[in-house]
Amino acid sequence: MKALRIFSRSIRDSIKSVFRNFSLSIASISCITITLIVVAVSIVLSYSVEKFTKLIEKDVTIVAFIDNEKSDEEIKGIEKEILALDNITPSNVKFRDKMDISEEMMESSDVFKGIMQDWTKEESPIQNTYQIKVDNIDHIGETAKELEKISGITSVKYGAGMVEQMVSIFDTVRKICIVIVVALIIVTAFLIANTIKITIFSRKREIEIMRLVGASNTNIKIPFITEGLFLGILGSILPVVATILGYTKIYEHFNGHLFVSFITLEKPYPFVLYISGVLVVIGMIVGMFGSWRAVRKYLKI
Amino acid sequence: MDLIRLRNINKTYKNGVTAIYDMDLTIKKGEFVFLIGETGCGKSTLIKMLYREEKPTKGKIIVGGINVAKLRNSKVYKLRRKIGVVFQNFQLLPKLTAYENVAFALEVLGLPKDEIHKKVVKVLDLVGLKNKAKHYPAQLSGGEQQRVAIARAIVNGPKLLICDEPTGNLDPKKSMEIMEVLEAINKLGTTVVMVTHDIEIVKQMNKRVILLNSGRIVKDYEEGTYK
Repeated sequence: MKALRIFSRSIRDSIKSVFRNFSLSIASISCITITLIVVAVSIVLSYSVEKFTKLIEKDVTIVAFIDNEKSDEEIKGIEKEILALDNITPSNVKFRDKMDISEEMMESSDVFKGIMQDWTKEESPIQNTYQIKVDNIDHIGETAKELEKISGITSVKYGAGMVEQMVSIFDTVRKICIVIVVALIIVTAFLIANTIKITIFSRKREIEIMRLVGASNTNIKIPFITEGLFLGILGSILPVVATILGYTKIYEHFNGHLFVSFITLEKPYPFVLYISGVLVVIGMIVGMFGSWRAVRKYLKI
Repeated sequence: MDLIRLRNINKTYKNGVTAIYDMDLTIKKGEFVFLIGETGCGKSTLIKMLYREEKPTKGKIIVGGINVAKLRNSKVYKLRRKIGVVFQNFQLLPKLTAYENVAFALEVLGLPKDEIHKKVVKVLDLVGLKNKAKHYPAQLSGGEQQRVAIARAIVNGPKLLICDEPTGNLDPKKSMEIMEVLEAINKLGTTVVMVTHDIEIVKQMNKRVILLNSGRIVKDYEEGTYK
């Protein structure tokens, strides 16, 4: 009961204080708002990038070309050797006959068709291939090297360099996003600490008297921390609205894809609700942390 | 029984000034004690140590069973709940009425509303301000403001009331009114320690008087012996 009374009193006081120091409150709130908008953009960006990276990684295929001199028997032997390697799951290894490949090529272009249509199976310079998806993309280079060692495999291709580069670029983008977000959150917390310090300064006398009449430090701190909490919640309103409306609009506008068809965006619901939740929580924590720091200095604890 | 016990107290401020030298002092429960002396003799430092605004550099201070010298900042409130403090400049919150100023001290402690009301009305009656409860400090005279401050200091029923020149801003007539209030509080069982410059008051009250000079007790007059 007693704790409840103190708590309800502190909520009343903190709401009063938000309005009494309106201009300062606005400063804190807009500070949180801007940070949270950047946070929201970064979350969406890094989430999409991560999703896209995973998609690419899943799709990366090693193509192993088989010597055309090898008989079907020998090819079976090669397959066994491939399956014996680490980092490869049998279901992810597919054999593609050279006739299938040439047919596909002829379909794709009339030029190819003109050249290739008269080739018989024996004449065709096109090689039989194994298309292999590795389990762990990070070790794709090593797996490719081991494949090359197998006799009968003439060459191995997997878009070396390009894939890794893309993955590493996306990884960098993601990391930069995280660094920016963390830095912004910290800066905002300190800005709020400063703002609340000013409001505390205007209530210096009140705090002195509170201490004098026997209010414990917790009693004194709670109203200020609640105030920070309110500032955080108020500051997260706009970013939440912007996220929900903005992301839905973007999703509709691009029809669920970003720039190219293979970058698919996450469906708006419940994705935006998760982000909103994260934003509100960050706002609350930043607000509370800021005011906690500000009061702590004041109470000579 | 001793309410306050000081043993070998030394206080040196960070800037090197020593305010109190090897002080021993005992004040019994229910006493009314004046602290007098010239400006800078250490009176204010002494009472500030009693309510733990300052810490002694050396020595032991016991107030109401609490070892004040060793009290941590985060535990100071436990001492403050047993002590009321009144200042020369009243220290009232200007945006609150007399009633609210007194109630503030109890709200902070989380007392229920009806209990707060009962206590505040009773204490305002004791200091003679029952009919001015709804006035703001600016609408009250200096003497009345000081009585509000006293009401706030004693509303929680403290064992000890510390007064730092409570009559310093008041004319002789108002000062005597304040002294009457303090005496009434003392009669109810609260120990009162009061710092003052007003020798007239000290002479009229006939209480124990402690004379300080340069951080030392130079004379401890028993009740009625100070002339």
